Amino acid sequence: MNTLAASDILNKPTDKVTSVPDTAQEAFDKLTETVGTPTVENPKMQTRNVNVFYGEKQAIFDVDLDIGQNEVIAMIGPSGCGKSTFLRCLNRMNDTIPTCRVTGQMSLDGEDLYGADLDPVLLRARVGMVFQKPNPFAKSIYDNVAYGPRIHGLASNRAELDDIVVDSLRKAGLYDEVKDRIDAPGTSLSGGQQQRLCIARTIAVSPEVILMDEPCSALDPIATARIEELIDELRENFAIAIVTHSMQQAARVSQRTAYFHLGKLVEVDDTNAVFTNPQHELTENYITGRFG
Amino acid sequence: MDKLHLDQHISHQFNKELEDIRNKVLTMGGLVEQQVTNGLTALLEADNDLAAQVSERDFEVNKLEVEIDEECTQVLARRQPAASDLRLIVTVIKVITDLERIGDEAEKLGRFSRDLTKISKETPSYRKELRHLGELVKSMLRDSLDAFARLDVEAALRIAQRDEDVNREYETLERLLSTHLVEDPRQASKLFKVTWCARALERVGDHSVNICEYVVYLVKGRDIRHTNMDQVRSEIMD
Repeated sequence: MNTLAASDILNKPTDKVTSVPDTAQEAFDKLTETVGTPTVENPKMQTRNVNVFYGEKQAIFDVDLDIGQNEVIAMIGPSGCGKSTFLRCLNRMNDTIPTCRVTGQMSLDGEDLYGADLDPVLLRARVGMVFQKPNPFAKSIYDNVAYGPRIHGLASNRAELDDIVVDSLRKAGLYDEVKDRIDAPGTSLSGGQQQRLCIARTIAVSPEVILMDEPCSALDPIATARIEELIDELRENFAIAIVTHSMQQAARVSQRTAYFHLGKLVEVDDTNAVFTNPQHELTENYITGRFG
Repeated sequence: MDKLHLDQHISHQFNKELEDIRNKVLTMGGLVEQQVTNGLTALLEADNDLAAQVSERDFEVNKLEVEIDEECTQVLARRQPAASDLRLIVTVIKVITDLERIGDEAEKLGRFSRDLTKISKETPSYRKELRHLGELVKSMLRDSLDAFARLDVEAALRIAQRDEDVNREYETLERLLSTHLVEDPRQASKLFKVTWCARALERVGDHSVNICEYVVYLVKGRDIRHTNMDQVRSEIMD
C-alpha cells in the first residue's frame, strides 16, 4: 500500500471537489424504488402507487408508504417536493382542488380512502388535520372545540359536550391556561395557544390519525417545544404524520422519517438511521445542507 | 460515502469550520506521530536531549486536543450537524482523545528513557525487540491516520488486524523480561522500565485500532467496537 504521512495529505488534499457531482441527480433519475423500509407491520394507513397530478403536471410519483399505529412519521424535503400534497391526500383535502387528480391505493384500516361509499367529511373526522397557520374559528374557545362534536353528533347533552371540550383542551395542554376564559374568542389567544386550540379542535372528534402540516412554523421556540411535547403525548392514542421544514423537529418528534424530492419518496427509515446514516445521497445532501 | 464533500454545504462558513477541524486533526496526528518517533529514538539511542524535547512538546498535543474539542462543541451547538457531518464531528472527538493518549505514551517513552539513562548510559537492553515493536506500532499509527484522511475503510480494517502482531511481539518481549527478572533480580528497576516502555508501545497499537474503528463508523455509519472483527470484515468488504 502506498502510504502517506498525515502531513503529506494535508498539503495534498485528496477530496477537494469544486463542483457538485452529478451522481446525486443521476441516482435520483434512476430511483424507481424508495430506499429504506416504507412499509410497517400492522399499519394504520397504507398507500400504494400513489400518483398525484395538478392538471397535466405530475406532483407525486408512485409513492408507497405506510403510517404505523401510534407512530409519528415526519415528512421532510425541499419546497415543492410534494410532501404537503401527499399529506393532503391522506384525508382527501385535495378533493377541493378541481384540477387535482389522485391515482393509486390509499386505505385507513384497510378501508379504501377513495372508495365510492366513503364520505370524505367522515373521513376528515377520522383523519384530522392541523395547518401551518393557526386558524381558530371566529367563535369562543369552547365553541371552537365543540364545533366538531356538535356537527358529528358525538354528544347527547351539554354535560357530555362539556366533558369532550375539557378533555380535548387538557390533551392539547391548553386547559389550565384557558379554563377561566373559556368563552373568550379563540382568536384572543397567543399564536402557540391558538395552535394548541386547533389541535384540541382536531382531537375533539376522536380522530384515529392526525396530519400536521408545519404546525410550528409560525411559533416561537417555547410554543414549539410545547407542541412537540404534545405530539409525543398524542402518539399514545393517535398515529401522526407531520410535514416539517425543521430537520431538528423531525429528528426530535418522529420515530420514522420520509424524505421526498421532486415528487418521489426517496428514502424512509427509522429517524435515528436517517439522521445519522442516510442511505441515499439526496437525503444526505438535504439534511446536511449541501447543494444538490 | 467515499468522500466527505466538506466543501459542498450551502453555508460557506460551515464548509470552512469542518475543513478547519479536519485539517487540525491531521496536524495533531502528524505531531503525535513525530512524538512517538522521537520518543522511540530517544529510548533506543539513550538520547536525553531528544527525550526532554518529547516531554516538552506534549503540551502542544494537549493544546490541540482542547482546541479541536472546543471547535467541535461549537459546531454541535451552532450547526446541529446531521448524517456524515455529525459522524465526522463524533469521530473527530473520539480520534483526538486517542491521539492525545498516544501523545502521553510517547511522553512516557521519553520519561522512561531518561530514567534508564540514570541507571546506565548505555542503550537499553532488548533494544532490538523494542525497535521492532516500535516500528510495528509506528506504521500502524501512520496508516490509521492515513485511512482517516482518505476515508479508507478497507485499509482501516486491514490495519486493525495488525494489532495481533503487535500483541504477539509484546507478549514475547514480556516473557523474555520476566525470565530475565527471575534470573537476575538485581536488574529489576531497569527491566521494569523496559517493560513499561514496551507496554507504552503496545498501547499505541491499541489506540491506532480505535482510530481505525472510528474510520469505519465515519464512512459506513457502523459502530464496530467490541464486535467480532472477522464478521465485520466479511460484511463490510462484501
